[in-house]
Amino acid sequence: MQFTYSLLLPDRKEFLEDIKMINNISAKLLEAKNEPLWYFNKNSLIIIGVVVLGLLLFPFTSPSKFAIHLMMMIFMHAVMAQSWNVLAGFSGQISLGHAIFFGIGAYASAYFYVKFQITPWIGILIGIGISGLIAMLIGIPILRLKGHYFAIATLLIGISFQVVFQRWPEVGSSSGLWIPINRESPWSSMQFHKSKVAYYYISLIFFIASFFLVWLLNRSKLGYRLRAIRDQSDAASSLGIHVSKYKIIAFIISAMIMAPMGSIYAQYVLIVDPNNAFNVDISILVLLISVMGGVGNIWGPIIGSAILIPISEFSRIYFGGTGHSIDLIVYGVLIIIICIFRPAGIVSLIPRSFREREKAK
Amino acid sequence: MSILLKVENLSRSFGGIHANSDISFDVKEGEILGVIGPNGAGKSTLFDLITGFTKSDRGQVILRDKNITNIRPDLICRMGVGRTFQKLKPFADQTLLENVIVGALVKEKNLKVARDKALEIIDFVDLIEKRHHYAKELSTGQRKRLELARALATDPKLLLMDEVTGGVDQRTIPGLVELVLKLKKNGITVVTIEHNMKIIMDISDRILALNQGKRIAFDIPKNISQNSQVIDAYLGKVDAA
Repeated sequence: MQFTYSLLLPDRKEFLEDIKMINNISAKLLEAKNEPLWYFNKNSLIIIGVVVLGLLLFPFTSPSKFAIHLMMMIFMHAVMAQSWNVLAGFSGQISLGHAIFFGIGAYASAYFYVKFQITPWIGILIGIGISGLIAMLIGIPILRLKGHYFAIATLLIGISFQVVFQRWPEVGSSSGLWIPINRESPWSSMQFHKSKVAYYYISLIFFIASFFLVWLLNRSKLGYRLRAIRDQSDAASSLGIHVSKYKIIAFIISAMIMAPMGSIYAQYVLIVDPNNAFNVDISILVLLISVMGGVGNIWGPIIGSAILIPISEFSRIYFGGTGHSIDLIVYGVLIIIICIFRPAGIVSLIPRSFREREKAK
Repeated sequence: MSILLKVENLSRSFGGIHANSDISFDVKEGEILGVIGPNGAGKSTLFDLITGFTKSDRGQVILRDKNITNIRPDLICRMGVGRTFQKLKPFADQTLLENVIVGALVKEKNLKVARDKALEIIDFVDLIEKRHHYAKELSTGQRKRLELARALATDPKLLLMDEVTGGVDQRTIPGLVELVLKLKKNGITVVTIEHNMKIIMDISDRILALNQGKRIAFDIPKNISQNSQVIDAYLGKVDAA
């Protein structure tokens, strides 16, 4: 079909009326073409700017060590949930094995530092690369599965990784890897023993970067295709989208966002072991955070993390040890409430005009 | 007119049920081919076989000179075959414009160009004012237009439309029919499944009639309306006694 409307130049207004008459062009169409591709809500941009500025200045307000730790955990879990959200929210695949990529990230930076004294900064990049590769290798066979079959497959593969690392002497088997303490070169060894502020800024940078990356993804051609797959994979296929290929791409991106959090966490606690690095709790937690905040929405993981992580940390303080799993009970109750009253997550409480996809009316 | 699509002995069984048995027909460039048949005749299965959503047991589908039998649906779309679905499949949580942009991205590399093309097609299907409405907010008739626009955005040479007027109110039907005729005017070859006999007889150049997975007639509308097998299939056999 030949459409000639696009040949018109929008600034040739003096001829517009004549041309409209000749070509019977809808005035509404011309108006629509002059709309920007994306709308930016000024209010939400101002809020984002103020929040980012506040987060950057936060360490200068002399916060307690716990406050810094809490903020770090919120950032890291928001990034991890954002990673999960790329797969589930954009391409509609529910993963129960995302801890795989957290573990790979943790082991990659720790292993190359312990064995070859390669700086963890490079280790982070290696972890990102290996995670992407593993995601591709796992994704090719299992992304043909749909719904709960995919979820079960990821759960079992996640457990398999834990078992393999528990029995792999090269990476310390069950004891894992102990990262030697280095007090002389904190930046190159990514170890900050005097203050947690450096960790705070590192996790904040990854938090902002992951948000920006997913924001870009949301607006890219890839984002359109992934959302189409999520909503109706058959229809997407009928529109020329190779569904399996794009699901694998989403899985790879998701894995690559997750991995650095494992690396940062390993450098933070200076020990990596299979029970913690590949813990299924991590996979469940990132799912809960996203569901609570809002799956498929860029704000969802941030909101979910800001609510659930403090609950987890405070229950750990007040009830001792791991919090006697009180946090899990609270999570459960909150998730039930959200699923009943706000299935689209807490983000759906925010007026649409403040959200990113506001359209011109 | 040259042959755009040729279907030869296409067959598919589900268990013991022959959904399509040795279906053969051709579609000429620029024509509207109507596909009729009672429920369960195998019309939608035929579309699924042509577009690669269902694998055929035997037979072949030739698009121009290319054998597209059992090729992946996304590749078939890229070869110029668009389709709509009987059970509508809009991207419900996305706007009408976003739905159509997905189709436009098949040929357009630039998002802005794809957006402009999507807008032109949305205008073509008379929904320009609804462009920012979420698909789930649209009426059934509007969703039919959405699906049509989405398929048109892929620049199809051949468009398969599954029950264009099905499930919409009577006031909406003339507009949809007009749209199908507009497609033909724009040089698009259309194969349409339709239950409304008056419409299919009016708009089709030729009609393929199916019953119980078999081709019972393939002719111009006038002859189809007088075909005893078609009459039997729709009305049941009338006892001569």
